[in-house]
Amino acid sequence: MRTVPISVTVNGEVRQAAVEPRLLLVHFIREVLGLTGTHIGCDTTSCGACTIHLNGKPVKSCTVFAVQADGAEIRTVEGLEQDGRLHPVQEGFWQEHGLQCGFCTPGMMMTAVALLEANPNPDEAEIRRAISGNLCRCTGYVNIVKAIRYAAEKMRQPEVAPAVAGGGED
Amino acid sequence: MATTQSTQIGGLGYAVKRKEDPRFIRGKGTYVDDVKLPGMLYLDIVRSPLAHARITQIDASKALAMPGVVAVITGKDLEAAGLAWMPTLMGDRQMVLPTDRVVYYAQEVAAVVAEDRYTAADAVLAIDVEYEPLEPVVDPFRALQPDAPLVRPDREQKTNHIWHWEAGDKEATDRVFQEAEVVVAQDLYIPRIHVSSIETCGCVASFDRVSGKLTIWMTSQAPHAHRTVFSLVSGIPETKIRVISPDIGGGFGGKVPVYPGYVLATVASLQTGRPVKWIEDRSENLQADSFARDYHIHAEVAATRDGKMRALRVRTVADHGAFDAAANPSKFPAGLFSIGTGSYDLEAAHFSVDGVYTNKAPGGVAYRCSFRVTEAVHMIERMVDVLADELDMDPAEIRFKNFIQPEQFPYKSPTGWEYDSGNYPAALQKALDAIGYQELRREQAEKRARGELMGIGISTFTEIVGAGPSHTFDILGIKMFDSAEIRVHPTGSALVRIGVQTQGQGHETTFAQIVAEELGLPVENIVVEHGDTDTAPYGLGTYGSRSTPTAGAATAVAARKIREKARLLPRPTCWRSTRTIWSGATTPSASRARPSAPRR
Ligand code: FES
Ligand code: FES
Repeated sequence: MRTVPISVTVNGEVRQAAVEPRLLLVHFIREVLGLTGTHIGCDTTSCGACTIHLNGKPVKSCTVFAVQADGAEIRTVEGLEQDGRLHPVQEGFWQEHGLQCGFCTPGMMMTAVALLEANPNPDEAEIRRAISGNLCRCTGYVNIVKAIRYAAEKMRQPEVAPAVAGGGED
Repeated sequence: MATTQSTQIGGLGYAVKRKEDPRFIRGKGTYVDDVKLPGMLYLDIVRSPLAHARITQIDASKALAMPGVVAVITGKDLEAAGLAWMPTLMGDRQMVLPTDRVVYYAQEVAAVVAEDRYTAADAVLAIDVEYEPLEPVVDPFRALQPDAPLVRPDREQKTNHIWHWEAGDKEATDRVFQEAEVVVAQDLYIPRIHVSSIETCGCVASFDRVSGKLTIWMTSQAPHAHRTVFSLVSGIPETKIRVISPDIGGGFGGKVPVYPGYVLATVASLQTGRPVKWIEDRSENLQADSFARDYHIHAEVAATRDGKMRALRVRTVADHGAFDAAANPSKFPAGLFSIGTGSYDLEAAHFSVDGVYTNKAPGGVAYRCSFRVTEAVHMIERMVDVLADELDMDPAEIRFKNFIQPEQFPYKSPTGWEYDSGNYPAALQKALDAIGYQELRREQAEKRARGELMGIGISTFTEIVGAGPSHTFDILGIKMFDSAEIRVHPTGSALVRIGVQTQGQGHETTFAQIVAEELGLPVENIVVEHGDTDTAPYGLGTYGSRSTPTAGAATAVAARKIREKARLLPRPTCWRSTRTIWSGATTPSASRARPSAPRR
């Protein structure tokens, strides 16, 4: 089996591996790097569960070969939280009940982050257009839209005291 | 019922941020495909390109010669081990792999086990299967004709008819129809649908040859019931099987059936002594996993000229596909379809349903509101509208005219269901007021006068949910109870283990709220665990809206027992909570137990 060496910066860390040319980026992320927050929901580029940022753009990582990402910057859901602080989009999804089973959530959030980085004040139609490539089978999208609006508002506010990431159990 | 205390502790009825979300929003959930074990192999499946065919040959030699391919499993191999067939929950049996014929498109034909996913997928393409096509039958009415191709020659009865089932009083119903002033009839087809949860099905089966223990991580809505099925199929005692249903990416009923892939991964692990992962592609999931609905209904209503419904007569042909593998825990083959008299008071009703085999993937997944209730509700509500149309009556008015009245409860329906309580006219009136019904009708009239179309639909809904009472529900003779186990630690936190399994419903939060409410402990101090048959108490799983009515009730009952017991004991000095079951300031009221007031 022929392999090709690649080097990718993932969530700020340089990762190197020798991969089969046909290895999908999503499998590289999940299985080679062990970052299982990026999910696979289809085999037809339809669901968006695998959405990550490739050089700042949201892409469906099931439809990119790992070798195509050689030299690229990748951001996955695991890279959203910074220094123990949730990204406003993560906060929004938690606050507004933007998820049920959570399977679509990482991809949905990556799309939302990319949207808000490009357009800090989207209206509902713009949000819905942005997430139209991400399917959520559980929620019906209403709370997802709310979650993204919540994040947009939060991100537009001037930085105040840092919110500490919650979620400690017991 | 609101108390300050409930707000503080996050008890029932109060908004609490979900306890499961911190892991999901960080990408730290553990779904089945995230499970990775040392030495794990991958299983992939060869599927039939034909809906009905005889298999004349399977040649796996090319696949077996490929580097990285560990094994190929065919029906003949399984037959030798007595595993070619498995029982379904409906008393039928289902092929794990075929030995001589395929009976639906995309049916499993053979399995490949390899060192990695890609090699397994390559090997699937390298397996040569020769088929001799047979005429398929995909229409259930055609399937009932005497000259139709036989879907299941393995059965003693050489027909595609599976069962006939009736409810209600046929004679009384026919009598009302004979003398009725008005009769309306309608054919209704509730089409076959796929539930399509965003996570497909899959498992990791891991057999430990030393301890003889089989552990299966699987996309399961009912881990304990599945453990029982695995035990029945494999002969391994339940004590040596551990089913773990980790985070599940949606179920919608589609993760209740036992699919051949689960069994194949288990067989592969037993054979190789290594963990084996099987994860369906979406295409496989949509083609071959069980479907829902597929009811061909003919319904008739007998009524008076002024719109009083008198009787309902329903004949249905139910397309179950090639195996009767419905995920139906009721005692009736057509589930709870006979709830179809709905919210209305009728003199008589009669339902008959005939189950039929066709060359399609199995049907009968309970998608959205339990077992054939969706079909029943659609049928009766449609029929009320058809009658309203016929008599030129307002659809709200005709419903008010036919509702079971508040003073009629407890009410026994003509198909034998007992309705304990209700006030349907008040409920509908409230809904009509809320949407401004009269105003909407005026708007509609104006628009229609202008040539614009505007529709208004009304539907009422009496549902039977919470698969529980054993007079009606049963799986494998186990009945449909559910369980909760609560441990309160000395410092005032609690661990709750339940027999039901979330697929996004939020059990870790809801059940913590139930315990918070009952014990007066803050919700953040309560941890809910589920889905692991080695630690969770036996339960029948989550589907048909049963988790809160059954396991939720069990949780509340268990908590109340703890509360009563705690009152008899001195409070531990290390106890940290100020709002406690030990404060004992008040006793619960007779009607509804409530945590006592905070006290220091
Ligand atoms: S898995 Fe990539 S779009 Fe569905
Ligand atoms: S939360 Fe389940 S698919 Fe979106």
